[in-house]
Amino acid sequence: MTDESPLRALARLENEALEAIDEAKSAEDLESVRVEFLGRGDGRISSILRGLGSLPAEERPVVGQKANRVKGTVSEALAARSVRLARSGDGPAVDLTLPGRTRWKGGLHPVTQTVDEIWHIFRDLGFTRARGPEADTEWYNFEALNTPLDHPAADEQDTLYLVDSVLLRSHTSPVQMRTMEKHEPPIRIIAPGWVYRRDTYDATHTPAFMQIEGLVIDEDVTFVDFKATLAEFARRYWGPDTRVRFRPSFFPFTEPSAEVDVKRVVDRADGSREETDWLEIMGAGMVDPNVIQNAGYDAEKYTGWAFGMGPGRIAMLKHGVTDLRTFFENDVRFLSQFAS
Amino acid sequence: MKVSTRWLKDMVPGLGGSPEELSEHLALRGAPVEEITIPGEALGDIVVAKVVATGSHPNADRLSLCEVDHGGDVVQVVCGAPNVKAGRYYPFAPVGSVLPGDFKIRKAKIRGEVSQGMLCSAKELSLGTDHTGIMELEGDFEPGASFVEALGLDDATLDVEVTANRGDLLSHAGVARELASEGGGRVVLPDIPGSPEPPFEYREGAPEVAEGPVSIRIEDPELCPRYIGAVLRGVTVGPSPEWLQERLRGAGARPVNNVVDATNYVMLELGQPLHAFDLDRLAGSSIVVRRPHRTEDTFTTLDDEERRLSRDMLMICDAQDPVAIAGVMGGENSEVDGETRDVLLECALFDPKSVRATRKTLGMSTDASYRFERGVDPEGLRVAVERCVSVILATAGGSLDGPVLDCRPRTFEAERVALRLSRIERLLGIPFETPYVRALLEPLGFRVEEEREGVLQVRVPGFRSYDVTREIDLIEEVARTHGYDAFPAQLRPARPGTVPDDPLFQLEDELRAALAGQGLFEAQTPAFAPPGEGDVEVANPLATTEPVMRRALLPSLLRRLEYNLARGNRDVRLFEIGTSFRRTGSGCPPEEATHLAVVLTGRRDPPHWSVDDRPLTIWDLKGLLEDVASRAYRGRARVTPADDEGTGGVLDPSHALMVVDDERSTVGRGGRVADDAVDTPLWAGDVFAFELELPERPEPQTVTTYEELPQYPAVERDLALITPDDVVVARVTRTIRQSAGSDLEALELFDVYTGEEIPEGKRSVAFRLRFRSVKGTLEDKAVDRNVDRVLERLEEELGVRARA
Repeated sequence: MTDESPLRALARLENEALEAIDEAKSAEDLESVRVEFLGRGDGRISSILRGLGSLPAEERPVVGQKANRVKGTVSEALAARSVRLARSGDGPAVDLTLPGRTRWKGGLHPVTQTVDEIWHIFRDLGFTRARGPEADTEWYNFEALNTPLDHPAADEQDTLYLVDSVLLRSHTSPVQMRTMEKHEPPIRIIAPGWVYRRDTYDATHTPAFMQIEGLVIDEDVTFVDFKATLAEFARRYWGPDTRVRFRPSFFPFTEPSAEVDVKRVVDRADGSREETDWLEIMGAGMVDPNVIQNAGYDAEKYTGWAFGMGPGRIAMLKHGVTDLRTFFENDVRFLSQFAS
Repeated sequence: MKVSTRWLKDMVPGLGGSPEELSEHLALRGAPVEEITIPGEALGDIVVAKVVATGSHPNADRLSLCEVDHGGDVVQVVCGAPNVKAGRYYPFAPVGSVLPGDFKIRKAKIRGEVSQGMLCSAKELSLGTDHTGIMELEGDFEPGASFVEALGLDDATLDVEVTANRGDLLSHAGVARELASEGGGRVVLPDIPGSPEPPFEYREGAPEVAEGPVSIRIEDPELCPRYIGAVLRGVTVGPSPEWLQERLRGAGARPVNNVVDATNYVMLELGQPLHAFDLDRLAGSSIVVRRPHRTEDTFTTLDDEERRLSRDMLMICDAQDPVAIAGVMGGENSEVDGETRDVLLECALFDPKSVRATRKTLGMSTDASYRFERGVDPEGLRVAVERCVSVILATAGGSLDGPVLDCRPRTFEAERVALRLSRIERLLGIPFETPYVRALLEPLGFRVEEEREGVLQVRVPGFRSYDVTREIDLIEEVARTHGYDAFPAQLRPARPGTVPDDPLFQLEDELRAALAGQGLFEAQTPAFAPPGEGDVEVANPLATTEPVMRRALLPSLLRRLEYNLARGNRDVRLFEIGTSFRRTGSGCPPEEATHLAVVLTGRRDPPHWSVDDRPLTIWDLKGLLEDVASRAYRGRARVTPADDEGTGGVLDPSHALMVVDDERSTVGRGGRVADDAVDTPLWAGDVFAFELELPERPEPQTVTTYEELPQYPAVERDLALITPDDVVVARVTRTIRQSAGSDLEALELFDVYTGEEIPEGKRSVAFRLRFRSVKGTLEDKAVDRNVDRVLERLEEELGVRARA
């Protein structure tokens, strides 16, 4: 032992030990560092502890504490280095190339995911969700919506009946009237749900499918608002470069009526961008005054617009599914492709 | 509606544009084109050939040998048609050409004679049904000329999708009006080649009008407000000339004979259906428009079908019997055929609803009924009948006999609709001025008759009298002709709505996310079910195998599980949220409830090398069910062993659970699916399932109230208990909780054991009790007192003792 103070000696030893630990290249190196500093017999730190007795009584607690702290620091550094050496080394410790443990993945049905994506956009545009029964009456499905039963328009959706005038709704539009009956304007809702038609199963038709209705009723709502909101939806859903086209059409419960088409811009593998064909995405229009009147509102005061779209078809386009029936098979290998 | 572009261009002078461009214009007018077809597209190889000479085939009586000039080359062709004549022109398929149906023409030997090509019938070229002979071409041609060009078969046919409100678009004139502004701005009727343009005179009357021996009487003016009849005598029924056939083919119709073709021509051109009766076959040379008599219960239409009549159908009759179903189809008994000399031409107006009801009852639809249902032009009858007479006279000869009879018990009054400029702006969002509105409406046939203080009085043309009756209908016309794309699309702030977001949708979101997060996939299945799986019957089901609406989701979800297992998918975890239907009173809509169903089979976790695979067990199902039920009922529903028989036949009664809400009604069931309730391969493990009814009005998620974290240490005690088999754990737990005192913080069951050291009929159940006081550190002695009390009570009440 030199004549430097024990505290300073400890500080020096700590530095030396930590350096030596860092430089150790193998478990053997590390063991010799341990023996040199912490060896039970003549380890350099251990000797200081053992020599405590020869110090003046007032210095003993200070040096003792310091020595124990240094011993702890060095021990921790030895352990940490040992783990690191084992990992990087070619030793038999742990083969971390083995696969990790996972949990089962689950997910929402792709059509539900599409409904949710659409809902979230409309939620941001200030809409809420409303619902209505799937089995409804001719009044709600047709007559209240300005569709006389003896008009050819009632034929276009081949309807499934239960009894007499009770049917399975052929569109989500009955929710329009059911919502207006219960609430006062302003109305700003969407209504996702199942609808039923007497269509045989094929690649693009199923007798039951999802539809999303939308309805806005307020004072001073115009064709311009109608176009703007739906175009905004389309750009948020399909991207800011999406072109939107409104074509005249006919639905008994809207006038003027429109079909809404979009033309998307898609990125091709080679980096170039390409516009798709026009794709029909929904039927829509300004709510017919007869419908507003049937709801008990003043049709001179209130105007509005409505739309109906098929998330199943939109999901098909989005994911490249070519047969609508695939959605009903519910093969877990199919569903897991859409896992969250 | 199939529309010939050539015909359209003849009606709109100055109209140019490719079929694609015309389609685009129509789409933006609300009449999109579904398909563009060119009838001659598959006939590019066919040429016009002249038969130079004919001779008989040496080895066959019915065949002839023809020398055929098909352009610079004369070849020998064996022909089986009886009508082949030297010096005439026919369509010819040379060797190497291909006919529709991918039929390739090869050089052949027929009964020993070489045949180098084929003279074709209309049917072989897909241009008609006639297969009795080859297609004789009228006129002069250059041999070898393209058959398609020579006959105008390069005309493009547009298949226009006409919405249910626009009956006026079921004609070339209607479509032409929409395109007029793309051409010279007006619509004209093309000349009819060879028309004598006779002067037309009319005899009007009601309810009966007669001229000579011919009479027309309308007995039901509500269903037939007007009936025009023209008598033509001395016609010769035969094939139509090429120009007429070309027109019809271009509009997707097949030529029949000149008289029938003339009626079809006018229908396609003007939208007015017409019918030609053989006058000699009309008893009393009379037309009576009436309902069928009681004895007239069947009628044979000209498609040779016997139709059942009902009293509310409108019939066209002669002096004795029905001869046509008004507006739907003529009868066999008065049909025009090759022998017909005199014709009575019908041009009438029938009530759309009546025609619709009749054709629906009869289960049929014709070109005529389709148009009457949607409404034909009440102001266009005379133009139509004159046009049709002209075509017949030009193509079948004969003469118009006397004045045309116009029986008109009801007169059509054109509607005047008021249109406020202020209302246009209020609805469409931009201002419109009178001159511009006039310029938009008048080319479509509307007339602005008056304008005062921003209110326009608009006269609606007859052909739009069905769909334009209100101000809003005119506003749509303004928007449509202005062009939807021409409106700005400026997003403005909107007032928030009064409708709260539906809480059941919110609960569905929450449950879906929870189940997907626990490794389940959402399935969607249609709500139709086989008999026995529901009591709500569909009156007109799509398939007799699925005639009801499902009461429960599980059966269809189990079928999806079977489907997956059959495809070798071993690990199947599905859920579905859907509607359950239940019958209520008769004639009322069924009761609906939203259900959530789950099916599970396979391994508990994805395989991993570090552990052995563990199959899913009833405990996985129970844990999931408890989680879902707790979320759905906000902690107010309990999962308990099913204590009754109601397992729905799906669950194994020994592993059946039920969910009871706080009103003690059963809202769900789950457990192990009985072996006979699901068809699984031998390798598959147990199947677990549950179905839960979701509350109709779910409560909002409960708001957490912060609880202060404990300050003092806890004391834990383990209790190993020997319990008789007939004491359920729930009972033991309850007793412990009741007797352990208020410092019991948590009770955890950590082991259940039977086997060695445990007596027969008993099991060992081990609990860990954690005590903690909010007031201070607990002393061991105090905890011991609590544990002793627990053990005492367990023994007293349940005969349960601590394991030695």
